[in-house]
Amino acid sequence: MNDFRIPLGDLAKEALDFVTDNLGFIFSALRDFFLGIYESVEWVLITPPFWVIIVIAVVFAFLARGWIFAVGSALALVLIVGVDQWENAMESLALILVASAIAIVLSIPLGVAAARSNVVSSIVRPVLDFMQTTPAFVYLIPALLLFRVGVVPGIIATVIFSLAPGVRLTELGIRGVDSEVVEAGQAFGASPWRILRQIQLPLALPTIMAGVNQVIMLSLSMVVIAGMVGAGGLGGDVVASLNRIDVGLGVEAGVSVVILAIYLDRLTSAFGQKRGFFSSIAARVTSGRASAQQDREIAILAEGHKRSTSVL
Amino acid sequence: MTETIAVRAEHLYKVFGRRPQEAVQQLTNGAGRDTIASLGTAAVIDASFDVRTGEIFVVMGLSGSGKSTLIRMLNGLLEPTSGSVTVGGEGISNVPAAKLRAVRRSSVSMVFQHFALLPHRTVIDNVAYGLEIQGMSRTQRLEKAARIVELVGLSGWADKLPSQLSGGMQQRVGLARALAADTDVLLMDEAFSALDPLIRREMQEQLLELQAELGKTIIFITHDLNEAMFLGDRIAVMRDGRIVQIGTPEDILTDPANDYVAQFVQDVDRSRVLTAASVMEPARAVVTLSAGPRAALRTMRDVQTSAVFVVGRDRVLAGAVLDRDAIKHVRAGRTDLIAIVDAEVTTVSPDAPLLDLVEPSIGSTLPIAVVDERGRLLGVVPRVTLLAALGNFTQTGELPIIEPAPTVPEVLITDALATEGSAS
Repeated sequence: MNDFRIPLGDLAKEALDFVTDNLGFIFSALRDFFLGIYESVEWVLITPPFWVIIVIAVVFAFLARGWIFAVGSALALVLIVGVDQWENAMESLALILVASAIAIVLSIPLGVAAARSNVVSSIVRPVLDFMQTTPAFVYLIPALLLFRVGVVPGIIATVIFSLAPGVRLTELGIRGVDSEVVEAGQAFGASPWRILRQIQLPLALPTIMAGVNQVIMLSLSMVVIAGMVGAGGLGGDVVASLNRIDVGLGVEAGVSVVILAIYLDRLTSAFGQKRGFFSSIAARVTSGRASAQQDREIAILAEGHKRSTSVL
Repeated sequence: MTETIAVRAEHLYKVFGRRPQEAVQQLTNGAGRDTIASLGTAAVIDASFDVRTGEIFVVMGLSGSGKSTLIRMLNGLLEPTSGSVTVGGEGISNVPAAKLRAVRRSSVSMVFQHFALLPHRTVIDNVAYGLEIQGMSRTQRLEKAARIVELVGLSGWADKLPSQLSGGMQQRVGLARALAADTDVLLMDEAFSALDPLIRREMQEQLLELQAELGKTIIFITHDLNEAMFLGDRIAVMRDGRIVQIGTPEDILTDPANDYVAQFVQDVDRSRVLTAASVMEPARAVVTLSAGPRAALRTMRDVQTSAVFVVGRDRVLAGAVLDRDAIKHVRAGRTDLIAIVDAEVTTVSPDAPLLDLVEPSIGSTLPIAVVDERGRLLGVVPRVTLLAALGNFTQTGELPIIEPAPTVPEVLITDALATEGSAS
């Protein structure tokens, strides 16, 4: 029995070696690409003094939910500055923003495809399960080998980990759209693309936004693991405190992660729930359009009236 | 005038399941719906019908009878397993998707049971939706949609969202959306079933008005027989996927094709569907004006009644004569019938619903006379006949219906006729 051994690990290693030897140029190009995006976002967040960023964040908070959330976020962000984690927090934020943006750009079209085709759905589902349940450390190893130590394997690992809810909730949202409304689109001769754009996506939006929120939350939870592969930021300090058994540093970095998490969660969930100032702006825009339309109609009527009287 | 066919369905089958073609094969060979259950669910079996331009064709059946599947094959939302559909002369079975979409844009629109409005769009934008897909410019389509919104009585609500409207108003929007698309054929899938009874009746009446105004061909699906009877020019009754009878509401009511239809029509409000013409009987107690009082009296004695209808030339109804008046007249030796004719006879037109006959029947001892537009007597509806028709009681055997019963003993009449007869 001791001879029975399936060489799965060896196979994986050989496959990876083959990929690094032969397709290395692709991965170094990808690395440069991701690094470029990350560094520009990081530059935008770190270059201005911290209070500028805090003011902008607080304004967003106020617009999304109101003044209680605004005051709360102001205090919390000042706390991050106070424990000297601001720069780390901004590095992590940059990583989260880049990784979530990539994940969202990938997951929504994938979710749409899965909703439209049962075949795609049945292929995508086990892949997502695999990505979500495989321990993050396991795919950090090939990511490290392919992209070398630094922020890029962190971004890749984060994208893979956070992709799943985006795809799943997009699929769920679109499949959950009232089939009669979709039928109405078909019955009036709309093309599938038009039905997607004008009926399915707008009606699935709350669910899709919940997915986006989940993508961002999962990216946050990957921050610490990304720190292990040299992504730096708050994760780097958490890992460092773990190595040195430094309780103080661990608490400071940990609390900063929690603050970022709560801020981003409340901010993004406000979009999905259509709350706060954003939705009232949106409502005003539509009603403005409607009243402009009325004005136009009145103008048309007046025009017609003028014409008919002039005929008389 | 030749009638044009707006929609034609020929031998339509729809089987859901793993082996639909095989199931259709067995069904055409006479297998039942249950025997092919292992191959698939037969929703529609061998449905053929023509819908004429400008008529309201109602497909009626209980839930599960396949009517919703049937209507979805008429605009290609479902592809028939077998058979063909022609809309406005164009076949829509086995055509490319783009062609099918073009037919839907230009020829068939649909109204849905649960309205199926776009919740994120205003009423006017919903109504303009079909036009938008047709590629009409924004100003043009909003102008047209505004007219239709007014037509269905929703002016003032154009900028509201569907969620701000009641169910009845939402369905008006659904109807307006279909009307705005300006297609010849309108499919209505249980369009009023989700509405309150009062609103439903209002919408049915409005639909008839709109149809009279716009002359659309309407295919209306319902499970409500009263609705079918009220709206339909013709009705197709479906059961277990098959069309069991196609006919006018009266055909279906008075001549059901089988026990199922008969059972179904039991609960119908017959007073609204049946007309005077469909229940009237030939008038037996009738004399001509020139025949004189003696003939009238003799007729009354022969058919044992106390009154006869009197008709002039061309059977134009002049009125009625009662036995007492006639007997006095005969005894007095007078021969002009016109003096004793009571012109106050209740008359109805042949297409009056029975509902309109009930009240006059209560007030009149005479049967109700059915006359055409020129006043000619076509038949009579005695109270007994009216009751029998309303109660769906079919008379077995020849029960002579004589109304009203004689008020003067027969011997007196015979006496009067005999004495005066010998005197003159």
